[in-house]
Amino acid sequence: MSATGTGWWRWVPLAPATILLLLFLAGPIGYCVWIAFTNTQLTGASGSDFVGLDNFRRAFADDDFRNAVWLTLVFTFVSAVVGQNTLGLALAGLMRAASRPVRTLTGTLVITAWVLPEIVAAFLLYTFFRREGTLNAVLDWLHLPSQNWLFTLPILAVSFANVWRGTAFSMLIYSAALAEIPRDITEAAEVDGASGPRRVWHITLPMIRRSIGTNLMLNTLSTLSVFGLIWAMTRGGPGSRSQTLPVFMYDQAFLKSLIGYGTAVALLLLLVGSLFSIVYLRLMRVEV
Amino acid sequence: MRRTTRARLAANAALLLTAAAFAIPLVWLLLASVDTEADLRVRVPSSLTADNFDAVLTDEITFTPMLNSLLLCGGATLLTVVCAVLAAYPLSRHHSRWGRPYLLTILFTTCLPITAVMVPVYGLFVQVNLIDTMYGTGLFLATSQLPFSIWLMKNFMDGVPVVLEEAAWTDGASSLQTLTRVVLPLMGPGLTVVTIYTFIQLWGNFFVPFMLILSPEQLPASVSIFSFFGNYGSVIYGQLAAFSILYSAPVLVLYMLIARRLGGGFALGGAVKG
Repeated sequence: MSATGTGWWRWVPLAPATILLLLFLAGPIGYCVWIAFTNTQLTGASGSDFVGLDNFRRAFADDDFRNAVWLTLVFTFVSAVVGQNTLGLALAGLMRAASRPVRTLTGTLVITAWVLPEIVAAFLLYTFFRREGTLNAVLDWLHLPSQNWLFTLPILAVSFANVWRGTAFSMLIYSAALAEIPRDITEAAEVDGASGPRRVWHITLPMIRRSIGTNLMLNTLSTLSVFGLIWAMTRGGPGSRSQTLPVFMYDQAFLKSLIGYGTAVALLLLLVGSLFSIVYLRLMRVEV
Repeated sequence: MRRTTRARLAANAALLLTAAAFAIPLVWLLLASVDTEADLRVRVPSSLTADNFDAVLTDEITFTPMLNSLLLCGGATLLTVVCAVLAAYPLSRHHSRWGRPYLLTILFTTCLPITAVMVPVYGLFVQVNLIDTMYGTGLFLATSQLPFSIWLMKNFMDGVPVVLEEAAWTDGASSLQTLTRVVLPLMGPGLTVVTIYTFIQLWGNFFVPFMLILSPEQLPASVSIFSFFGNYGSVIYGQLAAFSILYSAPVLVLYMLIARRLGGGFALGGAVKG
């Protein structure tokens, strides 16, 4: 209990933040829930009727929507779950064994890719994956077949771009987690004759399992909302072959002027995000 | 000891290979910016030139968008940090049955995909005439960073011992005086981290201004770079690289400031450990 006594006025400083959050975050989310059940369009201001679940029915029957869901799953799985998470863990582990200059160099490069603004990262990887780009130059040099990556495998190209840009986050989380494992535990296992891979599987991984859970959740959540990277690299194309849900949502709401339909898709994204958030909060078992 | 040496060599080799993969796009950026005939491949320029920088250092391409970015992100950062400090104080110091649910809601909000809210935000902004205004966009940007800033700030504030404040109270200082004279000076590093982290996040944000700001003369650098160079038909890659460097430099420098001060895992300590 503090010395200033009790009273509601002590909570007044909370007001500016709360007002902003209600107006600009809770407001739009509420509006989102309402609009998603109407047939609002960008053109023709009068046409806004309550249509119930039509937008959602339409979404689940829409091949383009199902394509977007599938691509979002591929994008999230390849770039967040497999790419960022595994590479981040591997880098953090290797850094503990490597010599200092190598560690610093790798860390700096990986973190630079992370700190660069999203749109710059997108341009850099666009040039890297283009037919005339550096990746094909490297492949030519190794006498491997080159191809037009942004045309043949656009979803893989943007997934790799997301790995390039996002791995630093996992690397930092895992570096912190690995640093907290007491040294005597690994040493004891070594004395007992456990081999390298077995030590990792039976000791290291179980000890950092909470960090793994946290990291997977946060990676998934941030990957679900990636828009700029994909938009600048491929604009969801060619056709709709790299059109993930955020890009699909933008396309429907603004380029096709179907605000109601686009908002329904946004609401579904929000629901998936909320679900992950709740799992994340439970995983963290926050003490606040 | 030979086994550890071998392990070290293997680890070094694997890391260097990864480092090379991460470096290629960055090397392209640096080399292309000083090459008049830059194309899409990494190559050593035949002669060094500052022409690309000269060409983009104009009002239209660099100065106006960067100034817009500074106003937009600087203003939003200021608002976020002030609101976060004010909110974090009672959350950190007073206990009530509302504190915990409030913080859990805040933490829940940090995880929501902001991208998904943008369609309804656009719709609302059109209705209340905030669309295409810098202050409207700034208010939304500030709000989007607020949950995480409050959370970080509260954790930093928890690290400041209450004893010193109690001394100030006994001397008759008000809550606001205690906050500005005692608590804030003591959490200087935390305050710097939240400020710089917020600014870096906002500076790189593309989608929000892309949706909410329409007139070209108000666009921040994150969107203007896209409209100037986004039409891939006849891009002058050297100039694109030069502008990318100018636009990225502020956040890289700011990041180095906080990274050196608090070590790599700064922002994550608070978020991950709860």
